[in-house]
This record gives sequence, structure tokens and C-alpha cells, in this order.
Amino acid sequence: MNGAEALVESLKQEGVDVIFGISGGAALPIYDALNLESSRSIRNILVRHEQGAAHMAEGYAKSTGKVGVCLATSGPGATNLVTGIADALLDSVPMVAITGQVASTLIGTDAFQEADIMGITMPIVKHSFQPRDVNEIPEIVKKAFYLARSGRPGPVLIDLPKDIAAQEITNFKYPTQVSILGYNPVKDCVQEDVDRAVEMINQAQKPVLYAGGGVIISEAHRELAALAEKGSIPVATTLMGRGAIPDSHPLALHMLGMHGTAYANWAVGEADLLIAVGTRFDDRVTGNLARFAPHAKVVHLEMDPAEIHKNRHADVAVQGDAKEALSRLLEGIQRNARQEWVARITEWKTQEPLRYDPAGPLKPQYILEQLAETTGMEPIFVTDVGQHQMWAAQFLPFKRPRQWLTSGGLGTMGFGLPAAIGAKVANPKQDVWVISGDGSFQMNLQELATATLYDIPVKIALFNNGSLGMVKQWQTLFYNERYEGVHLKDVPDFKLLAEAYGAVGIRVNTPEEVRPALEKARNIQDRTVLIDFQVDPDEHVYPMIPAGQSVDEMRLYPRGSK
Amino acid sequence: MEPKRKHTISVLVENRPGVLARVAGLFARRCYNINSLAVASTETPGISRMTVVTMGTGHELEQIIKQLTKLVDVIKTLDHTDDVLIEREIALIKVHAATDTRSEIMQLAQIFRSDIVSISPKEETMVLEVTGDEEKVDAFIEALGKFEIREMVRTGKIALVRGSRET
Repeated sequence: MNGAEALVESLKQEGVDVIFGISGGAALPIYDALNLESSRSIRNILVRHEQGAAHMAEGYAKSTGKVGVCLATSGPGATNLVTGIADALLDSVPMVAITGQVASTLIGTDAFQEADIMGITMPIVKHSFQPRDVNEIPEIVKKAFYLARSGRPGPVLIDLPKDIAAQEITNFKYPTQVSILGYNPVKDCVQEDVDRAVEMINQAQKPVLYAGGGVIISEAHRELAALAEKGSIPVATTLMGRGAIPDSHPLALHMLGMHGTAYANWAVGEADLLIAVGTRFDDRVTGNLARFAPHAKVVHLEMDPAEIHKNRHADVAVQGDAKEALSRLLEGIQRNARQEWVARITEWKTQEPLRYDPAGPLKPQYILEQLAETTGMEPIFVTDVGQHQMWAAQFLPFKRPRQWLTSGGLGTMGFGLPAAIGAKVANPKQDVWVISGDGSFQMNLQELATATLYDIPVKIALFNNGSLGMVKQWQTLFYNERYEGVHLKDVPDFKLLAEAYGAVGIRVNTPEEVRPALEKARNIQDRTVLIDFQVDPDEHVYPMIPAGQSVDEMRLYPRGSK
Repeated sequence: MEPKRKHTISVLVENRPGVLARVAGLFARRCYNINSLAVASTETPGISRMTVVTMGTGHELEQIIKQLTKLVDVIKTLDHTDDVLIEREIALIKVHAATDTRSEIMQLAQIFRSDIVSISPKEETMVLEVTGDEEKVDAFIEALGKFEIREMVRTGKIALVRGSRET
């Protein structure tokens, strides 16, 4: 057994069933190991660009909670993974990225296709390994998967030099235990902290739960809802936390932050206690930190100690897993109807629901409402980045965790299609919808080929406004309509493009065509479908709290309708 | 704003390739200062100690320590702000030493308990070694200033906590 075979055997021991990647000189030994009869339990998906592989691994991981694996060769193959690795770090996605490297004897000589991927990725990985002895490989793989999935999850890189991959391993034995001196993620919360948090919740008149991606990761959604119900505490979710509580729940405030609902932002603005769960006070949530939740004390439930007190001082911090922390709080807090506060929230929700004006050209919000209706909100929804992403986060009424996959922290355009492919591979029985824009979609559209060739049919709702819509919105609002570098115009013809890749292409120009197109897409199960929605190019995302400002400067939908 | 202060921290790390880059890179990308840095092995094989002197507010220091601790190769990070420390730096100073100034330099060296490690009468230079805390080394360098310092090198600070407390 050589090093590459030991690597693949180790992946099997970790339960890996699919790898997304592209081969190349330095990765050849690994691909040769994947070719073995004994490696057949791992599905090897050849993608069209390594960035696609990384996002597919993310889509697989985000939709399941399992570790996603991507594979690339040295040099350009490895550097093409970089955006996906950074994306996984910022959204705490469990991922193992494997790269071939030039032979260890050539490292540091600027050899052909050599890039110092260990150095390049150092700031964007949870950890990284470069085996220099073939016998280290099983232990490194064990550690990589353990690191990727435990604590606050994240991406781990294994950079395998070609000569090490080819060396014979003396005695393959996959470790059953793993111990890393400098890595001991805390799981159990400190009771004293829990007690103080309970006391603060019991005393609060106007508490708000602010739930982030950590609730999804630790699968703490039931505990979250139970806590909310017991204390009658409204719940605002971050972009990463969408689905942490069903949007139909009476206590759901939906999304908060820059493009959050007015009622979520008002509630936070008036709250006397903010219970932040698995979230990190990101600037897209807080705007001006000094004016964010100005009347609130803060209880912060968080896995990663480095996030506690980082942006906002926590009056009480409970370090540990969100599920554990929430259930301990649940035991402690008193049942409380908080009638006045709940009534106020309900009033706000009636006063200023999400609105848009359906008149005029085709509106993205209308399409999303129709999409929610036709699908019954059963599918997994994956987005790219921009206006369409914000509208989807606002207008899709989520039912459950892990049905909303989006690039939140890094904001990676081009995430959508490959992440959807990864999610579909992991959830073959579920429909997977991509909601994208013409800007984002063109950043990784080559993966249409992967979807077609490997029979991974996804459904794509492309909101085509001929521009980089979110950038254009900012140029309209903050740069006095000085449009620069923002018009993509009407190239390509997305219907023909879809067909060229073996997918079904549909074009929709009017509201009347929306429903039939969505029904048609729903009924096609064996091919990828792309619907090119020609949407209003001047539609803006509202509400909006401009960057660095506060809820007092929130701009609501301008024309009153619906 | 909270005032910036000088802090000495000890970072115990697994001695692996790249660990210095991970630590130094963290300081650079999060815009933390490094005033001085010393790295060497410890009494435990495979474990090295980095002694870092950094400048920052209390909040910045808390972040630095948490982010360092988050690195997988970092076993432990200790803040010595409130500890009683034994601190040492070493400097090697090559100073111009003509026949008429040599004895004065030697006297000065004696006061500072500095060793004369080399004399080159032909080039009229002397190399002096001084050990001590930062203030002492600074003071010695200042005192030698009048003799024209040709070249100088000094280490980063190393430190141990007095008594039974851990460094």
C-alpha cells in the first residue's frame, strides 16, 4: 500500500462517500488510488473548475453536517480551491481539502505547478497538514476530519507531496483515537454562567433571541424553539441562521440586520436583553456597533471563545455547544407570557411586514412567493450572492434547518450552482433549487456540465437583471447614480446556454408565465432546469440599514403596496 | 479609549514546521504589534516557547490571546501582565575603541557587568556582550553611544515567572 492508497483507505474509514475534484500531475497517485476496485465506495466526481469542487464539498457539508471533501492538484489546482476554503472558514463549514503537491525534494524550488498552498491558505484554514513521512498519513487524516467537524467546524487542508504519495507504507493502521495537545473544544457549559444567564432572562421584560449559524450546526433548533416558547421570547435569525426556527412560528422575527425585517430590527433596538446564540455580531447584523441593541444587556452562547467579547461585550457568556447551552437555559428559566412585549412585536409585524410593489416589470419577490407556494417549501434552497440572495432570505418562509445554503461570511458569488450540486449529491431524493443572479451564476456556470454528466439534476431560478444588481443598488443610493462597471447586459442567452449543457432552458418575461414555468421545472426530475427570469432591473432590496448605520436610519420599501 | 500597554506573553507551541509562520502571520493579519519575539525549545521535547512582547489595549490583548490559543499548534498562551517576571535580553555591541578610549569602555563594561568578547586592535573595535532586562540593555547602549557604535544586535526578550507559578 502506498501513501495515496493509505490516504484513500483513511477516507473510507472516515465514511467518505463522495469526493469532488480535478486531477493533475501531482494528484495522479491519489487518482490512481481512487481507481482501485476497493475504492469504489467513494464516488469520484470530476468537476470543471476546482472552485466548483470546493463549493460542492460545502453544499454537501452544509446540507448534512458531514465533512465535505474536495481534491485538487498542486499549483493552480490548489490555488483555485482557495475561495472555497475561505468561504468554508467564514461560514464554519466542515471540509477537508486535499491537494497534491510537487515531490518533497522539489518543494521550495519553484518547480512546475508548485505553489506554497500551505502558506497561501494559512489564514483561511482551521488547520493544515503536509505529510513528510508516508507513515504519518493515517493519523493526519484522522486529525483532519476530527478538527474539521468538532468544536467550531472549519476547513482543514492536507497537502500531499507526490513522492510521499508514492512511497510504501510499512504498516497501515487507522487510529481509533485522536488527541491533539493544543485543541480541546469545550462542550460542557459552566453552571455558574448558565445560572447568571437564567437570572438575566428571568428579569428581562423585553428579551430577544438572536440566533445564528451555530444553532444550525449544533442542531439546536428544537431547544431554541422550546426556550422561545417557554419565555415568550421572539427570535430573530441571521442570514446563516435562517431555518433555525420555522418562519411560520408566531415568535419568529425572521432575519435581522442590514436587509432584515423592520420588526426584527425594531425589536432588537428596543430589547432590554439580547440572547445571542451561535452568532458573532457581524457588521452586516450590527451596523454601527455602538448603536446596536443600545438598551440591551447581552447573553452570548458561543462555541468559539475568540468570538466572545470580540465585537460586543457580553454581560454573561456561556461557552459551549449551543444545543447544550440552550437546553440548560431551558431548564432554568421561568415560564413567562410577556404579554406586553409579544403584543408590541405582533403590532410591529402587522404594521410593517415585508412589502414590494408587484406592479410593473416582473418582480423577484413575486417569483419567490410563487416558488414557496409551488414547492410547499420542501426543497433545499441554495443561493449565490447579491440582491437575489437577500430577497430569498426575506421572502422564502423556511421550515427547517439545513434547507437554506448560502455564502454568508465571505459573500462568494459563484457559490450557488456548485453548492447545490453538492447538496443534491448528499440528498438525492430532495429537490434542490438554486436561486441566482446573472452576475453570480456566470462565475461558476461551467458546473452545469458536472450536473448533466453525473445525473445530478438541480433547478435554477436565475434572476436576470442584466447587471450586478446589489452593486447597482449601492451606486443608486450612495454614489448618486454614477453607474460604473455594473452592466452585464443581455449576454449570454441563458436559455440557449442551458440547452448547450444538456439542461432544460426556460425564459420567463411576465408574471403570468412564472407559475407554469415553476410547475414545469418541478415536474422535470431527470434533468437540470434553468429558468431565466427577466426581472425588473431597477428593483431594490428593502428594508435596508446602510452600512455602518443603525435601525434609526433604516429605509423601508418606498412605495406603499401589498 | 483604553490605553495601550506593553504586554509579555508566553506561547507554548508544538514544534512543527510552519508554527512560527502561523503565529507571526496571525499577528500580521489581525494588525497586532510584535515588539519582540524569542523562540526556543523548552524542557519538554517537541515543545517550544515563544516569548512575545506586544503592545495593545486590554481588549486587544484578550483577542490576541484567544486567537493564539485557537491555533491548533498552540498548546497554551499565558499573559504575564500581572506577573513578577525575570526578564532578560542579550545585546552584542561592536564599538569603536581607539587606544585612548579603550579603558573607559572597559570601565563602563564593568559597571554594567558586560563581557568583552572580542578586541580587534587593528580595526580599533571591541565587541561587548550585555545581558539584562530591557532597561539595562537600553542604558548600556546609550552609555556606549559616545564611542560610536559600529554594529549592534539584540535578542527578543525571554522571561520566566518567579516562584512556583507557571510561565
